[in-house]
Amino acid sequence: MKKINAIASILAVALIFGSAVSSATASEGAKPHAQDWSFNGIFGTFDRGALQRGYQVYSEVCAACHALRLLSYRNLTAIGLSPDQVKKIAAEFEVTDGPNDEGEMFQRPARPSDRFVSPFANENAARASNNGALPPDLSLMTKARKGGADYLHGLLTGYKEEPPAGVKLPEGMNYNLYFPGNQIAMAPPLADDAVKYADGTKATLDQVSSDVTTFLAWAAEPELEERKRLGIKVMLFLLVLTGMLYALKVSIWKDQH
Amino acid sequence: MSKFFENPVIKWVEYRLPIFSFIDESVGSGYPTPKNLNYWWNFGSLAGLVLVIMIATGIVLAMNYTAHVDYAFESVERIMRDVNYGWLVRYIHVNGGSMFFILVYIHMFRGLYYGSFKEPRELLWIIGVFILLAMMATAFMGYVLPWGQMSFWGATVITNLFSAIPLIGDSIVTWLWGGFSVDNPTLNRFYAFHYLLPFVIFALVFIHLWALHVHKSSNPLGIDIQGPQDTIPFHPYFTIKDLFGMGVFMLIFMYFVFFAPNFFGEPDNYIKANPLVTPPHIVPEWYFLPFYAILRAVPDIWFISAKLGGVIAMFGSILILLLLPWLDRSKVRSSQFRPINRQLFWVFFVDCLILGWVGANSPDAVFHGVPFLWIGRVTTAYYFAHILLIIPLVSILERTKPLPESISAAVTANAKSGAGE
Repeated sequence: MKKINAIASILAVALIFGSAVSSATASEGAKPHAQDWSFNGIFGTFDRGALQRGYQVYSEVCAACHALRLLSYRNLTAIGLSPDQVKKIAAEFEVTDGPNDEGEMFQRPARPSDRFVSPFANENAARASNNGALPPDLSLMTKARKGGADYLHGLLTGYKEEPPAGVKLPEGMNYNLYFPGNQIAMAPPLADDAVKYADGTKATLDQVSSDVTTFLAWAAEPELEERKRLGIKVMLFLLVLTGMLYALKVSIWKDQH
Repeated sequence: MSKFFENPVIKWVEYRLPIFSFIDESVGSGYPTPKNLNYWWNFGSLAGLVLVIMIATGIVLAMNYTAHVDYAFESVERIMRDVNYGWLVRYIHVNGGSMFFILVYIHMFRGLYYGSFKEPRELLWIIGVFILLAMMATAFMGYVLPWGQMSFWGATVITNLFSAIPLIGDSIVTWLWGGFSVDNPTLNRFYAFHYLLPFVIFALVFIHLWALHVHKSSNPLGIDIQGPQDTIPFHPYFTIKDLFGMGVFMLIFMYFVFFAPNFFGEPDNYIKANPLVTPPHIVPEWYFLPFYAILRAVPDIWFISAKLGGVIAMFGSILILLLLPWLDRSKVRSSQFRPINRQLFWVFFVDCLILGWVGANSPDAVFHGVPFLWIGRVTTAYYFAHILLIIPLVSILERTKPLPESISAAVTANAKSGAGE
């Protein structure tokens, strides 16, 4: 009887929770479609090709406005670039170092150990160049938004040239299906052939969006592959241990039943 | 065991410090335990396990964390990215907090269903309520440390509650903050308290266990131990049962750590705290949601503002649990023999879940035409009515079922009919 009660109450609650809440969803964006990411599931890993293409999209398009301040150039070896390639990439950027022996600060090419150089010196500079809007740092983007990678992909592919009838957009704003409130300051950043891939992959809007999302998912969770690999081992170990503990429990309790 | 105590080294130590007999009488063969405990009695030891895990991971995190508004967020990300297995330690600590509350809530509902709080275990229950309060303070301050958006705004909302106190409220808030807003002094003191309070919890758990060992565990039948025929030694029977339970629990816990580490978290906390940008929905961690719903349910009543009323109701919802042993007058402990109480227990359980659901939603939001504000008000009213009115009334009026003669009699009868618990 009590078990039936328990199940009934859990079902009742599940029903309440499961049914749609007609809350103020107008202020939130549309629910993004779930994509079949390479890093989904307990065996998920990042597709190395997508990661490198995604880095290309980030560095050629996004990096004009968006920083990745939590990453260092050395981290790029994890997406399959060689130490020499990483050195070359880092050297394209200038960082301030010092003081030197004369007490002067000086500019030098970045090294792999340096953090990604941000496009703007500070928040005010970023706003001044972007019509007052602040392009957010992308280091944790897929963890910092509801819907994660699916949301990011939705945002990048969800622009509409014309807003629906009855919606008036303020000057400089764009209509996006998935952005909360649907008004976004960022102009559509990607399009078909936004970049030219070296590996011959056709650069459709969906492809470049997926690639850069995969890259940013890695940037947010660089530990993901190691975490899932270790997780499988831990779960298998615990399953065997728990099974053995159960057998021991049954044998110890035999004289009590 | 007796052979163990004949060992000369053991004897030498025992004569000077009787630590081995103390352990044996606490969790060994010298501790008699009711033979009919079911798996709901596993959750106390599970909570103890998580407390140890939290302290161990917390100390390692403290070695790598920087309590300063300019570096806190970055130092947590450094733990996630650059410290060896830092992501593992942090995800265990983060999810361990959620697991701790799940276990303790189940542990408390167990006590409620089986009447474990009744005479002579009133103090055991009361100490438990204090452990819950200390856990809540620890969890709240710990959530502030990563200095994300929800950390900052959660801290701002909750500390601001104290401004509801008449006359001196604002001064108290300034004193709590160490300034005129949540800022570096606030972060620093929260860090200090977050490190201190787990040891207070540890001490309270020790007293909780001390009280437990005086009258031993309650049991599903809720009747007293009458003699050795009703008990079995804690070791090996319950050591192995607890260990098996820990295995099952760790499977669930580790699933979240490795495969859904941010399941219980808010995405906004991966955005660095910004005092100039308020998130659209400020919500506390899930385990505070029922209390958050109670806080927001209270309207202006006469001269008491909604804010003050809400604060009183929120703290009151936990503090009235201290009175439970005297509100429930029934001599019968277990709801197995209290048909009406048993039905109402599940109503109360669902009420608490709905309160949590209301806490997660904006009061202005609407569910099938009913504003959440009103769902929250009705469920809040029921929460208090259940504890202050329904429990005392039912305990006086209810006709209880006949109790079995003894634990061993009931266990043997069960075994004969082949329907073991």
